[in-house]
Amino acid sequence: MMPDKMPVRVAIAERVLQLAWKDPQIVVVTSDARGSAAIEKFFETFPDRSIETGIAEQTATGISAGLAFSNKKVFLFGPACFYSARSLEQVKNDIAYSGANVKIIAVSGGVSYGPLGSTHHSLHDVAVYRAIPNIAVILPSDAYQAAAMVDQIAEMNQPVYVRTGRNPVPFVYSSENDSFKFGKGNVLKEGKDIAIFATGEVVWHALEAAKILTSSGINATVVDLPCVKPLDEDLVLQIARATKRILVAEEHSIHGGLGEAICSLLCRSHPVPVEIIAFPDEYPVTGNQSQVYSHYGLDFAGIAKRAQEFLRRY
Amino acid sequence: MVKGVVEMYDLLSLKIKAAQIRKKLLQMIYQAKTGHTGGSLSCVDILVSLYFGVMRIDPKNPHLPDRDRFVMSKGHSVEALYAVLAQAGFFSEDELGTYCAFNSRLTGHPTTKVPGVEVNTGALGHGLAVGVGMALAGKIDKKNYKVYVLMGDGELDEGSVWEAAQVAAHYKLDNLIAIVDRNKLQISGFTEEVVRLENLEKKWESFGWKVLQVDGHDIDGLIDVFKSIPTAPYLPHIVIAHTVKGKGVSFIENKKEWHHHVPSEEELRKAMEELDKTLQELRNDA
Repeated sequence: MMPDKMPVRVAIAERVLQLAWKDPQIVVVTSDARGSAAIEKFFETFPDRSIETGIAEQTATGISAGLAFSNKKVFLFGPACFYSARSLEQVKNDIAYSGANVKIIAVSGGVSYGPLGSTHHSLHDVAVYRAIPNIAVILPSDAYQAAAMVDQIAEMNQPVYVRTGRNPVPFVYSSENDSFKFGKGNVLKEGKDIAIFATGEVVWHALEAAKILTSSGINATVVDLPCVKPLDEDLVLQIARATKRILVAEEHSIHGGLGEAICSLLCRSHPVPVEIIAFPDEYPVTGNQSQVYSHYGLDFAGIAKRAQEFLRRY
Repeated sequence: MVKGVVEMYDLLSLKIKAAQIRKKLLQMIYQAKTGHTGGSLSCVDILVSLYFGVMRIDPKNPHLPDRDRFVMSKGHSVEALYAVLAQAGFFSEDELGTYCAFNSRLTGHPTTKVPGVEVNTGALGHGLAVGVGMALAGKIDKKNYKVYVLMGDGELDEGSVWEAAQVAAHYKLDNLIAIVDRNKLQISGFTEEVVRLENLEKKWESFGWKVLQVDGHDIDGLIDVFKSIPTAPYLPHIVIAHTVKGKGVSFIENKKEWHHHVPSEEELRKAMEELDKTLQELRNDA
């Protein structure tokens, strides 16, 4: 029987291992993050295709590019906090600018390291990656979607940044089927009063928030947008026209994430009121991921409350 | 070590190529009004040795899986690289006239839009890690190609170089050859005055590399050294090529100001005269 929750990073590692049996070009690189990225089994199973650089994210990134230039399909695993800051120049130049076929699987992202603090948080990663040309940005919402995503991006000859959390997340989907299509969003629930867009592990909270709203007579649309870049602009516009009120929830800084991407699109094409639930421009309070979510109103209760306030104003 | 791998007439033709490439790159910099003069001149003989005497490449098929790879980690010396690639036949020499022009593919640091360029470079301290990745792929695929990475000596200030050096030794990459263009100058002055680099040989040895030293302007000696590698099994090799920044034009040599100084019309004329004289002497030797 399937558990009711599973870490997204584990689902990705398991699927990469499965694909590697069929595809000899798949290589895994990491920087002393075998445990946190759940790739020990890959290292045991395919030692010749497992590259360990030690605690050296810049070199791991450059090496990944070099492998990709020699026709390897590279999955580079490591913590999001390091792969969105320390090795960012290598990501920009060696991978994205040079067009290296590397999938960066950035684990333990957002605030999922919880009380370890801001050195280990990555609340800026979507913003910086969005501004780098030629790299896609994906935040899977559950383990099913993550596995389906791996199948698709493994076949794509282009750089991708995937951000996952660390902790088990409840399933949003009931199977891999229809859970992921590159560049597309999924409407998980339809309602006419307001639309909640979410990405990554906040999606489950958005769905739960919609249930609370339903019980108070508010019908919300909930949309999962795993691809922040490229954004499913057609879907966002279609929903904005239908509901006229947009709430965005994301585990990211208020600056430069999904919320601003949506605002930018809507300002250009179909202005409607938008509220963004994200992290303010400060270093977050100490606490585990769910405590921090709750503090900043990113959990289901906070999202539902914000939606109700929003609807009172508009 | 096998001596005299290159026949006499070949060596002479390579020396002539080197002088012609120096002329070409100065013209490119003069025309574009931008470029890195000193470091490009210092690495010409290294590039000529590799592209015309050592590397197994086919300029008409730049992506052959078994080709030797070259990574220009000191990407600012791009004028020398483009001039060598054009001379080798990767693209037309006429195109060199578009260097840094609007919408040209010949950007002011190497890009893969240019046939023969393996990776976009320009930010220092990146190329060695990329080379390690290429060398690892060669080991995984059981291919016998070699990977050459040219770094500046100032570039060795970058910590990422030493991360990559450590990993290369760990994986016993004897198919990886790093080269240091040891011209002893960087943009602010002499390397030993900016931040001391020596003892370079001991540093690389302590990182588990086999160190070879050579006169970086002796094409014959450079080719001999490259062809002798691997001289030690299971070790990555580094060739410290002792060079003169600005080599080939007396008034440019060994002056930090020429790191990215663009020659004036008069300076270009004098440089061309001097290089023409070098060419004439070489032809007389023939």
